[in-house]
Amino acid sequence: MSIYEVLFWFLTAMAIGCALGVILSRNPINSVLFLIATFFAVSGHYLLMNAQFLAIVNIIVYAGAIMVLFLFVIMLMNLNADTEPQKNRLVQFAGIISGGVLFLVVLAALSSSTRGFVEETSTDIGLIKNLGKTLFTQYVLPFEISSVLFLSAMIGAVVIGRKE
Amino acid sequence: MLLLQIDWPFIIEKLILISVILGASLGIAMYATWGERKVAAIMQDRLGPNRAGFMGLLQPLADGVKLFFKEEIIPDQSTRVLFILGPCLAMLTALMTSAVIPWGPDVEIGDRIVSLQVADVNIGILFVFAVVSLGVYGVMLGGWASNNKFSLLSSIRAASQAISYELAMGLSLIALLMMTNSLSLRDIVAQQHGFWEGNYFTWNFFKQPLGFIIFLTCSFAELNRAPFDLPESESELNMGYHLEYSSMKLGFYLFAEYINLFVSSAILATLFFGGYNFPFMDEVAGAVPSVVFALICVLVLLTKIIAFILFFMFVRWTLPRFRYDQLMKLGWKSLIPLALINMIITAVVILYVFNR
Repeated sequence: MSIYEVLFWFLTAMAIGCALGVILSRNPINSVLFLIATFFAVSGHYLLMNAQFLAIVNIIVYAGAIMVLFLFVIMLMNLNADTEPQKNRLVQFAGIISGGVLFLVVLAALSSSTRGFVEETSTDIGLIKNLGKTLFTQYVLPFEISSVLFLSAMIGAVVIGRKE
Repeated sequence: MLLLQIDWPFIIEKLILISVILGASLGIAMYATWGERKVAAIMQDRLGPNRAGFMGLLQPLADGVKLFFKEEIIPDQSTRVLFILGPCLAMLTALMTSAVIPWGPDVEIGDRIVSLQVADVNIGILFVFAVVSLGVYGVMLGGWASNNKFSLLSSIRAASQAISYELAMGLSLIALLMMTNSLSLRDIVAQQHGFWEGNYFTWNFFKQPLGFIIFLTCSFAELNRAPFDLPESESELNMGYHLEYSSMKLGFYLFAEYINLFVSSAILATLFFGGYNFPFMDEVAGAVPSVVFALICVLVLLTKIIAFILFFMFVRWTLPRFRYDQLMKLGWKSLIPLALINMIITAVVILYVFNR
């Protein structure tokens, strides 16, 4: 087994283990920490695919900013096991079914995709220069549209924050 | 995968480099505590530490030994794992950043070219940002796990302060990166070669003065240092997020701060003050062997770093602390717009004056 494969399996095991930890741990703080560890594992996968920019941005944006805010909110909410409302059976059942359906859709989309697998290290698209060029020439319209989405989310946050 | 094939001389070379950098940053952080006390003493017309050794030079060692031998108390109601994880994370993130800083030019030893940089990743400066943004976890987890209201308040202050100032910091850097066209710290330093070229200074400080001031202000906030030391304001929060910590865990928190001080001084010197470059370096390089030249370069970088550390200390003992709303106002309403304006000016100048 080459080092590449060792790293791949290690990161995969880490990602899946931590993802399970997110949903199985009872304490919400632990869930958040497991989620951060999952992001790290995913970033490691990006690095293996030579997508350094994506890996580091994943850490800066998700692990460094969004999860800090998550942790922030959860720390202030004082979540205890007894204050959390118990969900009834029907809701749990509905949750399982909708989750399963989503999983099926993702699986179907993956199995019917024609793109094939990413080459191990031969691709350079993840390097910042190539990624920037592609984003601002070939995909400039989707890129700008998604920025409008962010802007609307920001305006929404301001509007909600203003109302006392 | 070619990159990961084991190349023993390479690994040994990097291990030596890593140990030297680690030792140096620990040593400098240790003596930064001594320096801080001496600076405070001089500015307040006192003598400062002068009992342990000549001029109190053994004081950091004495403090370290004291912290090691103190009783370790883990509060009963704390979340034990996270309580221990907090100082570990603080120390880890403090030490990680130094990996991408180029400490000197390449040295030729025999037929091997040894680079005085642990890792030349092409996203160098983003790596620094990632580590900085993770640094807040140590403070947050420690403060929350202590199960103490003061600690929690302090860690929340630290987190919101860090997030707010990271934005302005990143924006001020974008202007710099538009000029350098590279994220690699090695390239950024190489572009600042010498001191004077083509009728202008080569150091980025002279090209981006506003960006430098914004970056410097944000580093004060990221380091939790006065005048932005609200997470540790003794008079309101007793001690801050490390209120419940004792023994070496407290030592790790305090020490991590000084390592951060060292590393961010190194980054300021690298990004804006030419890194290891100095005036007339080509003449010096021609006159001495490459190993000596590399040593001179490292010493130049260290001098710049120590100058920055002293500056941080002078400011700490000069300015009073900001109020929290003033801190947020400064970050969001002054620094971010300033950084955006700086970015636009830089873009216009690059496009219309230099026609790049």
